[in-house]
Amino acid sequence: MSSLEIIIFIPFLAALAIWLGAPARLTAVVASTVNLLWVIVLAVRFPAFKSATDLAFVNKHVVLDNPAIAFAVGADGVSMIMALLTVLVTFAAIWQIVDKPSMYHISSLLISGGALGAFLCTDLFFIYAFHEVALIPTFLMIAIHGRAEKEQRLAVAWKTTIYLGAGSLVLLAGLVWAVIEFSGGGKLTFDLVALRAQAASSPLPAAAQAPLFFLLLVGFGTLVSLFPFHSWAAPAYATAPTPVAMLHSGVLKKFGLYGLFRIALPLLPSGAQVPWVQQALLLMLLGNILVVGLVTLHQKRLDDMLANSSVMHMGYLFLGLAAGTEIAVKGSMLLMFAHGVSIALLFAICGRMRNQLGTLEMAKLGGIGSHAPFLTVVFAFGAFASIGLPGLANFAGEVMIFMGAFANGNSSSTLIPAQGLTALHWTVILALWGVVISAVYMLRGYRAIFQGTPQTGLFMSDPASGQWLPLVLLAAVLLAVGCFPSLLLDLIQAPLVPGAIP
Amino acid sequence: MPPAPDLVTQSAPLMNILLFLPLAVALVILIGRKLLGVNVCVFLAVASSAICLLCAIMNLGVVGSETIRLMPFLILDGGKLLNIGIDVLHDGQSAGMMFIVTLIGFLVQVFSVKYMEEDDAKPRYFGALSLFLFSMTGIVLADNLVMMFVFWELVGLSSFLLIGHWFQKPSAAEASKKAFLTNRIGDFGFMIGILLLFGVNHGDVTFAGLKESLLMGPLKATSEGQGWLMTAAVLCLFMGAVGKSAQMPLHVWLPDAMEGPTPVSALIHAATMVAAGVYMLVRISFLVAASEMGATWIAGIGGITALMAALMATQQGDIKRILAYSTLSQLGYMVMAVGLVGMGGEAMGGNAGHPAMFHLYTHAFFKAMLFLGAGAVIYSCHHEQDIWKMGGLAKHMPVTTFTFAVGTAALIGVPGLSGFVSKEAILGVAWEECKWLFAAGAFTAMLTAFYMTRLFIVAFLGKARSDSSSHAMEVRLPMLVPLLVLAFLSVFSAYHFMEAPLKAMAVHGHGEGHYTVMGISIAALLIGVIAAFVIYRGREKDPLNIKLFANKFYFDEVYAVLIKVFQDGLAWLVTGVEHAVVDGLVARLPAAMVAKVGQKARLLQAGQLQGYTFLLGVGVLLAIYVIVFVLPGVGH
Repeated sequence: MSSLEIIIFIPFLAALAIWLGAPARLTAVVASTVNLLWVIVLAVRFPAFKSATDLAFVNKHVVLDNPAIAFAVGADGVSMIMALLTVLVTFAAIWQIVDKPSMYHISSLLISGGALGAFLCTDLFFIYAFHEVALIPTFLMIAIHGRAEKEQRLAVAWKTTIYLGAGSLVLLAGLVWAVIEFSGGGKLTFDLVALRAQAASSPLPAAAQAPLFFLLLVGFGTLVSLFPFHSWAAPAYATAPTPVAMLHSGVLKKFGLYGLFRIALPLLPSGAQVPWVQQALLLMLLGNILVVGLVTLHQKRLDDMLANSSVMHMGYLFLGLAAGTEIAVKGSMLLMFAHGVSIALLFAICGRMRNQLGTLEMAKLGGIGSHAPFLTVVFAFGAFASIGLPGLANFAGEVMIFMGAFANGNSSSTLIPAQGLTALHWTVILALWGVVISAVYMLRGYRAIFQGTPQTGLFMSDPASGQWLPLVLLAAVLLAVGCFPSLLLDLIQAPLVPGAIP
Repeated sequence: MPPAPDLVTQSAPLMNILLFLPLAVALVILIGRKLLGVNVCVFLAVASSAICLLCAIMNLGVVGSETIRLMPFLILDGGKLLNIGIDVLHDGQSAGMMFIVTLIGFLVQVFSVKYMEEDDAKPRYFGALSLFLFSMTGIVLADNLVMMFVFWELVGLSSFLLIGHWFQKPSAAEASKKAFLTNRIGDFGFMIGILLLFGVNHGDVTFAGLKESLLMGPLKATSEGQGWLMTAAVLCLFMGAVGKSAQMPLHVWLPDAMEGPTPVSALIHAATMVAAGVYMLVRISFLVAASEMGATWIAGIGGITALMAALMATQQGDIKRILAYSTLSQLGYMVMAVGLVGMGGEAMGGNAGHPAMFHLYTHAFFKAMLFLGAGAVIYSCHHEQDIWKMGGLAKHMPVTTFTFAVGTAALIGVPGLSGFVSKEAILGVAWEECKWLFAAGAFTAMLTAFYMTRLFIVAFLGKARSDSSSHAMEVRLPMLVPLLVLAFLSVFSAYHFMEAPLKAMAVHGHGEGHYTVMGISIAALLIGVIAAFVIYRGREKDPLNIKLFANKFYFDEVYAVLIKVFQDGLAWLVTGVEHAVVDGLVARLPAAMVAKVGQKARLLQAGQLQGYTFLLGVGVLLAIYVIVFVLPGVGH
């Protein structure tokens, strides 16, 4: 049995134990702590263990012969980063004080286990299945414990279900197409490693890659709230109970990006560069950055603002995909991690504010910095990270994405053609304006909530010392990765873009 | 050029202390302020800045230049694919600038110990000051543009924290937000400029690499074949300087930044941070020289800022705002100098000495002095800042008045004082390159003499016009010592014994025309001073009333409208359209399905729960069905 299998099953077993009557909080905390420490140990040992194919901790149980399906696990650098993100956010989410411990903890653990399974499996069938497993508690928690009137939260849950369900079906069609296309003539296989090898040795012509890539883009993209398939996301996060909002926006949503970067890109390396796909992608990601950015600017409540900002920031990750250079793709991996940590931190604080203050309407708040200096500092960490302040993790990822759009490394030539800037470059410039937009809404929010004179009748206190730990941990991770991006970059030394110079 | 190994080992520890000691202090204060207590925090901050000052002094007189890697930052493939580090460029320019930053930083911290005595949040204040010193050091020492950008934004953060030190006060909170956001607009351009150079120069954005590339590399080809790209890069980088050095039209944040504690204004919003834009432009002066159009724009913006800010300064009543507009105006001089030197196509930079750097250096001392002097006055007058409610301070505060007079004399360019020498250097270049800008510069010099004399007469001479000024008392020694040290430097910083170790700052001999230039600027000085004496001597209130200047050319009002229309209005519009179109069209089908399936689910009478699982279950079942029954057939 591989370590990875144990890591995947610990959350499921803990959820089962809680369902059978084990003390909820204790079980959940122990399980998430064990997983956190274990994954950190694995990440440290990863460079020593990885094989020539860049996979470590591999194991495989065959389920079906034809088509070849196996419960196969194995971690490459990217899966390692995603696993780290998952256990980190799970730890913080479980630590949240909640009113119905068993229900909340079971759902958090199921989401966590599903996400770990999706990130650590190397078989397309199980990757897909684990993600679906993680989605179910997400819907249920929004519907049952959502922070809104019953009618409204049911509507939000349904909308989310329909969007994600439809996205998953499109995705399924795309994956099946990919399996048929890349199984190499013999029997069909869902083994991602074999599919990648086949795509590398006999790639499809670029024009033929385009439609399949686009199908996967729409399927995976819906899961990541790619414009215009995004309108489920903001209400879902604003309504979802805090741990679920943290886990879905921080971790589970990244599954779509993981799929695009680790399934679509290796199988169809030229797909995103075919002009019509690229143009569509650039337009859609500008929709995320500019349209949703302006919508975020218009929000009056903190939770709506954070939810929309999370949709907006996905645009930068799609920009990394559109640029498609080694620098940009590795930057995207950093940003995926950084965004997950920062948005989870912000939602955690937002949840606490909702419980204590009863309102998140920014016009009614003010001066919290005077009462709750600790929360103000950690919120500032999250807010400044999410607007790309250097020294915090998000900047390192964003700047690499931007740079990757302009040059493909020291050795090769410039990506700026003689006749002028390309559409990609103009998109980067508009995306940079999006960085200004995010600073405007984040600082407006910070100004309205934390600065100014304290409002009478509203009191917000710092959490008791035991509640500090997850917030401090997330903030410290943002700082550590922001100052030492090599902590994560060293895990992904192998090229992620097929055909790139190693 | 590979650095000599022995040099590296000698200066690397010094560089590490200079950069990381203030950061360490800031982190210790952030984490342990409750444990350590207020006094320990203050002591740590002041002591660390004293150590940094010592390190900076030991660094002076550096010959040549070397690059030292302190820390890797963004490294891919062992540096072959991407190689951006926290690397120090150790040369005359950075060593001289470090001396200015650490000296004024140290003096301001000493001054603050007394000035902020009764503040509740002293640890936060001194922690933020340390964070500022760290960030500023990073800008000064940076050897590549990305590292400079990193610290560029971090000084923005520390400025945000310090302007908003009294964040409970709405005006301070608004000012800190405005400062950060206005700078973000500048940084938008800065980043585009960096990316263009990154692209053109194949991922190398070190200053040395860019310089070499301009001589015989990809940049040379670009500047010859794609001049527009070169100009675009230079102007985009300049946009960063426009934000940080508060040039038109992004100058609006600096006067509001006076909401911060006055010592902060002295250090950050007068002497050092706002000069970072000029420092950066001098660092890339070889690029400016490669773009004629870029250089012209830079010189023009600098000249306009110098002139318009001086006009605004003539009608302000708040002592700090007068000084703030004066800072804008002087920064305009420096920026103009960068452009003018670039127009001459003469890449001065580095150790050769640059008139902009020279003025930055002398200005840092006398402007810090003036702000700390204003701080002493405000402290003694119980936080009164209106000069029309002061008056007669010379009798009560003789030492402060004396130092303020010295600072004023240096700023308006009385011959023999530092400000005169450095201003001459700039006007000399203007005389050679562009007579229009020379005229603007000379007129600005006259206005400077006018508004500073006005300030001095109204605040320090005559009779006290309020209780707070009639009860003012001279400040204590910890505040006087920094004033006296800076007053000494305001006089002597351009003299040979001071500037000799700071080679990068000194500029000598600017050819013929010198006597004409000198004559014109002395005439301007005299006209300004005499006019101010005639108009303001013995007045109770301002006899002049020029609305346009007093209201700062209505920039803030215009921007407020622009923000309302183009930002908030657009956001409102887009939100509406998004709801109507995207949610309406893309989500109409799903919404219809919701209604249908929702009814069915209710028909099942098993509550909502099963509905969701049912829907998902269908997906999974379908997947399994396809995989097990359909696909094997396809394979064969």
